[in-house]
Amino acid sequence: MPRLSALERHLVSFTLNGVAVSGEAEPRLLLSDFLRHVLGSTGTHVGCEHGLCGACTIEIDGRPSRACLTLAVQVEGADIRTVEGLAPAPDRLSLLQECFREHFALQCGFCTAGILVSLNALLRDRPEATEEEIRTTLSGHLCRCTGYVSIMAAALAARARLGKKPGKKTNA
Amino acid sequence: MKPVRFDYVAAASREEALETLHQEGAAARVLAGGQSLLPMLNMRLARPGVLVDIMGVAEWRQIKEENGSLRIGAAVRQWQVEALPRLALLQPLLAAALPWVGHPQTRSRGTVCGSIAHADPSAELPLVLVALGGSVHLRSRRRSRTVPAAEFITGMMATALKDDELIEAVSLPKVRPGTGYAFREVARRHGDFAIIGCAAVVSSEGARLAVGGVADRPVARALPQPQAKELDEALDAFAWDMEARDDLHATARYRRELVRRLGRATLEEAARCRD
Repeated sequence: MPRLSALERHLVSFTLNGVAVSGEAEPRLLLSDFLRHVLGSTGTHVGCEHGLCGACTIEIDGRPSRACLTLAVQVEGADIRTVEGLAPAPDRLSLLQECFREHFALQCGFCTAGILVSLNALLRDRPEATEEEIRTTLSGHLCRCTGYVSIMAAALAARARLGKKPGKKTNA
Repeated sequence: MKPVRFDYVAAASREEALETLHQEGAAARVLAGGQSLLPMLNMRLARPGVLVDIMGVAEWRQIKEENGSLRIGAAVRQWQVEALPRLALLQPLLAAALPWVGHPQTRSRGTVCGSIAHADPSAELPLVLVALGGSVHLRSRRRSRTVPAAEFITGMMATALKDDELIEAVSLPKVRPGTGYAFREVARRHGDFAIIGCAAVVSSEGARLAVGGVADRPVARALPQPQAKELDEALDAFAWDMEARDDLHATARYRRELVRRLGRATLEEAARCRD
């Protein structure tokens, strides 16, 4: 691969929630900023920008990852999924999102996009995930509103409802 | 919280990566998983002229068993090691420590070698490497060399790595029969950097404890067996010798007390795991 100059913008292409997208990025542009400012996909939130808070968590090739700890140029050709990819239709919520609503698992909503992405991946890949695994997953996220109790309740409710429709490897 | 401008080279081969490091010297930084380097870039604590992304180098993506060791290449992500089906049988200490490394959302990208190159004094993977007496394989365009873990880490975030070198792989000794391993850590929240971390290796031949988060680097020491009367005194001396300091997270006194108590608990757990 040729050297990408610091002073120029370079074409970056990948799949975002199943759709081929591309845009131009300087090498130093963070993926979080690329998603929001270049692609206009503002569902992914930006909190601490050093990997602690988890607000910017997205899926890169099937694994929850920090968009703020990834350069846009690093994900050329990757499969990216964000909170915008969770709902089955613009006027419908995913099962997990529905559980968040029912259990008041968000207040200000700033951390919610990242938490939904992480829990969605966990419950999709491990529908039998234990409470401890859910807690471990949540440990990668900071929420300053809820105290996490309602988030745990929503996650456990989603797990229970998913258990009733087995065999579907789709969004939680 | 945005990085300075830098060039970016996604190396397609080992030669390309090493040649770029050779040309650029101190201006270049190696980018692997980015989970330690990107925070440094975002906070502008690192201001490289060029990043050399090594994740595309196929031979560095390998995990191999060779000469009684587990050899983990520079482009192997932490989750890939965690997911090895036989990891707890291959090296129980690594299996016990990996869940403490950051969060699932950072282990998805972060590499084993990258954490060791970063050499944070409270990080788990350098601690495990030192506890096991592992080694670090370095390579530059001109030469390759292998350095014992304890010599590789020379201080707080300081290593024996030269400007034109990178870590090609690390080797961790595999499990030995009749040897017990244990890992414990105290942190404010799971996944935070450790206030202290302890890794113990106990066999009939001896007991060894490595401690992270207290000195400016992880330190290992041979200690009496857990049932020996002299252990408390030896742990106390170990605690003082590491010259703990007060910081935002804990006082030096608290850290020394954790060395005594968590150190003992970790050694005892390792002794119980011997069979």
